[in-house]
Amino acid sequence: MQFLSNLIGGVSLGSVYALIALGYTMVYGIARMLNFAHGDVIMVGAYVVFFAFCSGGMNPLLAILIAMAVCTLLGVTIERIAYRPLREAPSLAVLITAIGVSYLLQNGALLLWSANPRAFTSVVSIPPISLFGGRLTIPGNTLVNVVVCLVIMVGLWLFVNRTTPGHAMQAVSEDRGAAQLMGINVNATISLTFAIGSALAAVAGALLCSSYPMLQPTTGAMPGIKAFTAAVFGGIGSIPGALLGGILLGVIENLSKAYISTQISDAIVFLVLIVILLIKPTGLLGKKRVVKV
Amino acid sequence: MALLEVSNLGIAFGGLQAVDKLDLRIEQGQLYGLIGPNGAGKTTVFNMLTGVYKPTEGNIVLDGRDITGLPPARISQAGIARTFQNIRLFDKMSVLDNVKVGLHNRYKYNMLTGILRLPAYREKEHEMNREARKLLKIFELDKEEKLTASQLPYGKQRKLEIARALATNPKLLLLDEPAAGMNPNETAELMNTIKFVRDTFHISVLLIEHDMSFVMGICEYITVLNYGRELARGTGKEIRNNPNVIAAYLGGDD
Amino acid sequence: MLQRIKTMRSSTRSNLVTYGIVLGFYAAVQLLNAAGLLSSAFIGQLVPICAYVMLAISLNLTVGFLGELSLGHAGFMSIGAFSGVSFWMATQGRIPAWLGVLCALVIGAVCAGIFGLLIGVPVLRLEGDYLAIVTLAFGQIIVNVINALYIGIDARGLHISLKDAASLNLAEDGKVIINGAMGITNIPKASTFTLGIVLVVLTLAVVLNLIHSRAGRAITAIRDNEIAAQSIGINLTKYKLMAFIISAVFAGVAGVLYALNFTSLVSRRFDYNTSITILMFVVLGGMGSIRGSIIAAAALTVLPELMRSFGMESYRMLIYAIVLIAMMLFNSAPAAIEWRKKTAQKLQGVWAAHKKPAGTGSGKGAA
Repeated sequence: MQFLSNLIGGVSLGSVYALIALGYTMVYGIARMLNFAHGDVIMVGAYVVFFAFCSGGMNPLLAILIAMAVCTLLGVTIERIAYRPLREAPSLAVLITAIGVSYLLQNGALLLWSANPRAFTSVVSIPPISLFGGRLTIPGNTLVNVVVCLVIMVGLWLFVNRTTPGHAMQAVSEDRGAAQLMGINVNATISLTFAIGSALAAVAGALLCSSYPMLQPTTGAMPGIKAFTAAVFGGIGSIPGALLGGILLGVIENLSKAYISTQISDAIVFLVLIVILLIKPTGLLGKKRVVKV
Repeated sequence: MALLEVSNLGIAFGGLQAVDKLDLRIEQGQLYGLIGPNGAGKTTVFNMLTGVYKPTEGNIVLDGRDITGLPPARISQAGIARTFQNIRLFDKMSVLDNVKVGLHNRYKYNMLTGILRLPAYREKEHEMNREARKLLKIFELDKEEKLTASQLPYGKQRKLEIARALATNPKLLLLDEPAAGMNPNETAELMNTIKFVRDTFHISVLLIEHDMSFVMGICEYITVLNYGRELARGTGKEIRNNPNVIAAYLGGDD
Repeated sequence: MLQRIKTMRSSTRSNLVTYGIVLGFYAAVQLLNAAGLLSSAFIGQLVPICAYVMLAISLNLTVGFLGELSLGHAGFMSIGAFSGVSFWMATQGRIPAWLGVLCALVIGAVCAGIFGLLIGVPVLRLEGDYLAIVTLAFGQIIVNVINALYIGIDARGLHISLKDAASLNLAEDGKVIINGAMGITNIPKASTFTLGIVLVVLTLAVVLNLIHSRAGRAITAIRDNEIAAQSIGINLTKYKLMAFIISAVFAGVAGVLYALNFTSLVSRRFDYNTSITILMFVVLGGMGSIRGSIIAAAALTVLPELMRSFGMESYRMLIYAIVLIAMMLFNSAPAAIEWRKKTAQKLQGVWAAHKKPAGTGSGKGAA
């Protein structure tokens, strides 16, 4: 029963990773860049929710909506100012710029909100469910994490596969040049991708801090990197891949915390990443790309 | 024996057969042309010959040695050098260094000799400079040796790429659209240079080119590709009068 | 022939200036110190400056010359630091101090080099962004594992555990060297500024000589165009690995130098943020510019102190981040490159027009 409980905890954490991984996977698939700052957008989203809901007493849903709006604006602005001018530049330059943006957000947050950890009140007020005569309790947070993650996944999958902007995203991801020639507005499509990814980051931030109620300017960094791992794990560019990778990673992390060592659970997660990248760099559900000469 | 013998060469990407059942036979010292409409698979053939792609079928034999599927660096050492359709120079390195890198496998000294600046370092570097300048002189690039490759005008970049390829001392030189973007004067000059290079270095040349007057003016033998298969082969005159070729070019997608 | 001497001279001259800057800094510090003009805070920074300069030079080899982004440089630094200092602690009082320091440096170098090889072989097959992430992951693993690592020594030899100090089962006379998250404590300090400068000059000599040699050209060629480098017969794995390992070795040495400057050593000091700080030195100093790395590393290590005295300390990282982004945009954005080209031409035009009336012949030369 203890194992089941650990497993469920892993799925809960994994759902949050999956939501964050979506932002990475979409941006990587469409703009061909690793948006290092994505984890820090989560942190900003969490702070907005904190001030609106935890200390402002606003309705939690409204607080999350505001956070989504702020993060969308932030994500699109970052893309416009820092990434778009580098679209044709070497990937090394783009990656370093993204690291710079990540640092900017972390240190900006440090100045604005100080390094003091804030105690985050959970946005979820659903009572836990008791099963097997009380031997297994599933916290409300877990239920919400999983449901929200699944709903967003399905919604996003429908959006990408059933709508015109979604098709434009697929086209840009396939071949940016050809998409441009077909009359697709590449810049607008990439902006839209950042907007969606950042809005989801706000949701992820609220859920993450509801499950792990401590908020600091560095809160987003580690989950961000782990979620990127999840995205790679599942196959970068693939929405179901982000879900699969996120959940698996969450489960691996939780189980190694429970059964191996809390101290080196991060090391185990990163080891998994390294092994996956070496054995199957395209991930579980990813496609191989051929380099043109 | 021919210098290069390619038999039954083929490659498929996913379900698409990009090149199929291709035979090529290039003699010592021959200037050979590979032509065909866009998308016919010409560059793919180059990529297989140089190891960038592994063929799914067939054999490539250079000078009696089977080199099929070897990695690019080994194929270079075996004696095939190439230029690229979209120029690939070492942009931030000097013109001289671009050629000196090409000499990499001909003048060797190990890492420690370089770090400790042992006598062999000075000696080999001296020889490399001399050899590299000789090549630059042939392509009239000797005045620009200190510029970075990216500072050269387009036509000179194409020449530098050929000089760098020659520095590896190849038996066979592959040129991918060497005259692209050149005006008629430059093209004529390039024809002379290629012939001169062939005669001076005693090598064979296989080239892809869209400029028909260039191909007809320089190539002794030609293979025409269409949809990844051989459409015709022969001398320039034979190709010009081949009805299949005329049909492919007039009705083709080019 | 004359050309040859000229080119040799220009690169040699540039290298001499670089060595001159380092030795000039050393001389200036010695003079000012003798005159009692240096604050103790600044003197305390001297060894870290040397260590950071070494780290920046060595990382520049990977990032600036090989063109691969490594986000785990602090990991190699940490391996060097912990292996070298462990040896230093274990041999306290058994061998002369100078030999102990020398061996610690060599052991740090070798251990970091071995890890460079172990990591490099699989990792260097990956492309760009993935390589960056894996090196980052590697750095985190090192910090994590060392944080949970217990090593002790007694008459029977070394004892290692990942659980706690008690499970080392040390004999009565045994002592704990690495004590988990507490790291290594009570280290007898051994680093000096002079040792630091000697190591900086050594790093400089190896890296500068390497990049101006056959191997260095191969490394730079891989950076500029991997496919073309292969096509002229360069063994990618060999040269990528060479650059990566040399870079790791000097990070290891810098780690030992750094660690022997403090009385205690914890692995958290070498986390991801340290890797990023070193990367900042490289980027702000100019990727591919060794001299830039030296100046940036030294200046940015001293800067926090300076900013503190102006009360701007809290803005430091923010300013770094903004400068970093601005520099990347200015140096790498196609639009910015185009703009710089045009401006340079315009300036040349102005210059030519300005010169013309003075000497008719020279105007042509300037254009």
